[in-house]
Amino acid sequence: MQVTMTVNGEEFTREVEPRMLLVHFLRDDLGLTGTHWGCDTSNCGVCTVQIDGQPVKSCTILAAMAAGHEIRTIEGLEQNGTLDPVQQGFMQEHGLQCGFCTPGVMMTARWLLDKNPDPDTETIRECISGNICRCTGYENIVRAIRWAAEHPATEGASA
Amino acid sequence: MQVPAPFEYERATSVDHALALLERHGPEARLIAGGHSLLPMMKLRLARPEMLIDINDLSDLDYIKLDRGEIAIGAMARHAAILDSPLLAEHYRIFREAEKVIADPIVRNRGTIGGSFCQADPSEDLSAVGSALRAKMVIRSSSGTRTVAAREFHDGPYQTMVGPSEILVEIRVPIRPGSGSAYEKVERRAGDWAIAAAGTFVQLSGDNVADCGIGITAVGADHFACAAAEDFLIGKPATVENFAAAAQICHDAVAPQSDQRGPADYKRHLARELTSRALNRSAARARGEDV
Repeated sequence: MQVTMTVNGEEFTREVEPRMLLVHFLRDDLGLTGTHWGCDTSNCGVCTVQIDGQPVKSCTILAAMAAGHEIRTIEGLEQNGTLDPVQQGFMQEHGLQCGFCTPGVMMTARWLLDKNPDPDTETIRECISGNICRCTGYENIVRAIRWAAEHPATEGASA
Repeated sequence: MQVPAPFEYERATSVDHALALLERHGPEARLIAGGHSLLPMMKLRLARPEMLIDINDLSDLDYIKLDRGEIAIGAMARHAAILDSPLLAEHYRIFREAEKVIADPIVRNRGTIGGSFCQADPSEDLSAVGSALRAKMVIRSSSGTRTVAAREFHDGPYQTMVGPSEILVEIRVPIRPGSGSAYEKVERRAGDWAIAAAGTFVQLSGDNVADCGIGITAVGADHFACAAAEDFLIGKPATVENFAAAAQICHDAVAPQSDQRGPADYKRHLARELTSRALNRSAARARGEDV
């Protein structure tokens, strides 16, 4: 079947099997390998992308179900050569070690900050509870998201 | 790599369209809403539908509203919407407390109340909530709608009364003035299925229990409920002692199995302890206390 969806602002049309999962569509058909593929059971959260602004686990949604919607992946977080504050926060606060969970956490964090620009650490921890880090790096991840909250992108920076 | 067996896919544009597709494709067709139960089962080949009917576009089933003295929840209401609903928070805190411990925020963006009930997992949280509140399930087919009590909705693990050409469209809960409700769950880790969980409401008349409901999940309770404990409580003073006695009835009535989530006697213990906690907090809330 043919699916058309917008990914990071660009429209793509591809022929897929109905059983193709969104994570494989993004990685294998579109070459957007920033979205990682982990547990395959919607537990670990490394495959988190945004659909119409909401984070979802792309291993548990069909590409066919995403057709007609707006997808945003980690590759779409940077705007015109400027890193998103969440990405800058991870650099500033050393929010990653191996980096496998990082794209998923960042897509969840971006959603959190869009609806709540000044979350406390408890809110951040609850929000990223579906994104598992096995480097035991939550302390720095929470600090990284707090850093992003304290350094929102200025008008000119993302233009 | 986990991949479902091949199937056909079609998107329903209305409830009538979905019903027509179900009739045309027969019992090997399945509806898919959030997909967070069905797709994992399809990946493991525990489910092999030949046809998936995507009902995510049926936004007319996505609501939480007051309707003729009852709260009506559309089957496509997402967990996240139930968690955040001011209407449910006002009348039934049990929903918010149950939703807070269902999976995680990302999964709650996709999963739906209708999907949770129809998946009919024996450890499902909302099934216990529905049983506790004696909800009514509105089921639609091409020949009309029928209503089934939440306590008659399940026909065993992963089995419901929804027929192959029917759709669960709405869950209705009566408003009970002067009542309070609560949900208590013990899980191995954040977002996991319950080892055991209990949800209750208590409606007071003076110091006495005028009505109550007890829902229990993951411990083999008949229809996710414990009617004997409810019968014991109704008409009695709402005291810690009576709630403990009711919880003991639940302890004796449930039939948990030992598995990787814990031994049966521990689950029995939890059924008693969590029922007791939920009843006490429900009663306190019915008295207007902030607990």
